[in-house]
Amino acid sequence: MPSWRKYRDYAVKTLIWLFASAALGFLFWILSDLVVNGLPNISFDFITGEYNEYKGITGIAPMIVTTLWIISVTLIVSGIIGVSAAVYLAEYSKPGPTARLIRFALESLAGIPSIIYGLFGYVFFKNMLKLGFSILSASLTLAVMVLPFIIGSTEIALRNVNRLYRDGSLALGATKLYTVVNLILPCAAPRIITAMLLAVGRIAGETAAVYFTAGTVYRYPEGIMSSGRTLSVHIYMLAKETGNRNETYASALLLVIFISLIHFIVNAASRVINAEKI
Amino acid sequence: MGITNRKWEKAVELIFLFSALISVFSLAAITVYLFARGFPAIREIGAINFIFGMEWNPTADNPSYGIFPMIYASAASTAGAVILSVPVGLSAAVLLAAVAPSCLANLIRPCVDLLSSIPSVVYGYFGLTVIVPLISEYLGGPGNSLLAVIVLLAVMILPTIIKISENSLRAVPVEIIRGSYALGATKTETIFKVMIPAAGTGILSSIILGIGRAVGETMAVILVCGNAVQIPRSVLDMVRPMTANIALEMSYADPFHESALFGTGIVLFIFIAAVNIIINILSGRITGRNMSVQPVLKNRTEG
Repeated sequence: MPSWRKYRDYAVKTLIWLFASAALGFLFWILSDLVVNGLPNISFDFITGEYNEYKGITGIAPMIVTTLWIISVTLIVSGIIGVSAAVYLAEYSKPGPTARLIRFALESLAGIPSIIYGLFGYVFFKNMLKLGFSILSASLTLAVMVLPFIIGSTEIALRNVNRLYRDGSLALGATKLYTVVNLILPCAAPRIITAMLLAVGRIAGETAAVYFTAGTVYRYPEGIMSSGRTLSVHIYMLAKETGNRNETYASALLLVIFISLIHFIVNAASRVINAEKI
Repeated sequence: MGITNRKWEKAVELIFLFSALISVFSLAAITVYLFARGFPAIREIGAINFIFGMEWNPTADNPSYGIFPMIYASAASTAGAVILSVPVGLSAAVLLAAVAPSCLANLIRPCVDLLSSIPSVVYGYFGLTVIVPLISEYLGGPGNSLLAVIVLLAVMILPTIIKISENSLRAVPVEIIRGSYALGATKTETIFKVMIPAAGTGILSSIILGIGRAVGETMAVILVCGNAVQIPRSVLDMVRPMTANIALEMSYADPFHESALFGTGIVLFIFIAAVNIIINILSGRITGRNMSVQPVLKNRTEG
């Protein structure tokens, strides 16, 4: 090998290391900035207290409650619709215009930015269906938003179930529906649940769509029709309007800890699921 | 199997079909409502005046509704972010897939995974408290600027680009990599002339996803862009992308103003659709090229 090629190899490799370190360095910088500025400001009172900017109370408990409400309602709605839709796509649909139309719709929905979902939720759920700024409006909007992700992952999970199980069940005289409900769905359940967990991360982190549909009121929600402020909207409002560094960093770190916990669980669970080789 | 049983089976199948069709209804509803609410303002203002108008002043006595500076800001910030993020992200993907020792790669990978799931508003806050002051201190100006948006978006799309590119680099068949070495190519020659072209589709789709995320990003961008409606003279000037315009003014807009904001949404919607179509055509070409590589390889390994 001529030596200039060897030197070029070294030079390019160094360049790769340099560029990559810049990328990874930046990403680690963000994490460390969050931890350094956020951790000292997290306290028991902060997590369990109420918030009132005029009285100078800076808890985030109502925001946590609202976030959990929205996560639960969104998951129930998008879970039921998403799993049924995925069952249709994986088990019933035949290649043809209907299936193509559904896949086109799913791909398009996945590419629409959240602010457009926000506008849609604002006109359709809040104004048209007269749900107002409420947890229900926000959850329905977010359910549409995470639907492509849930359907996609569930379909993969269903298709991963061993072909032989299906054939065996049908050969024993079970109906298609019986096979799907009693055999295929239970086998695919672990993967479907991990997909739902990942959706939780996206729901918790969403800001724009929630801002337009759930509002920004920082009280405890009284039910599904109350408006409320999620943790991520709270971070936005603090950053935009009050400029209080300590509580913003603390809220941001808590949100990130919540989401990384979910990721940790998903990773651990996926390892177990893949090891079992269902 | 009784008749009722068969009816029941058919009914449940229809329920499944209906659930799947909800995605179609949703897409239709989103499109219809967006256009129905935005179109009146665009018609009143005139599509040309709306898209190419340079003045945005909806609350003045003689209001003007031109969104060209915002279209420009969205396009410039997205292009800048992609230009900055692709070489850096691709290097990181190459490092993880082929250069770094596997123990190091296994350590870094979960961190990149985690970073791709951090909410955008958290990135935005990082931009506001770290990037903006740094720009203001070292480059001058207010700090809230096009440059801040570009850097922020570049960082935000970095994990997506790294993750998907790395996966597609790893999926390159080991035979063609070994073939390249056997022909005397160096490691970097193999990476640039064999692995990256073979992983082209995956790398391209990571860039598409990045573009989609960058164009549509709202809350994080509002925090760092400065929100002034103007064509920036330099990267240090304040800008306002289309998404920021919608989110900032919705809360106090009168009906006509609101319709103009939905009109901004329509332009954003078309912008994203256009980007997707263009890149689909491009990726069709690249996939076509890959297809011609695969059968040759198959014959060789089987023979």
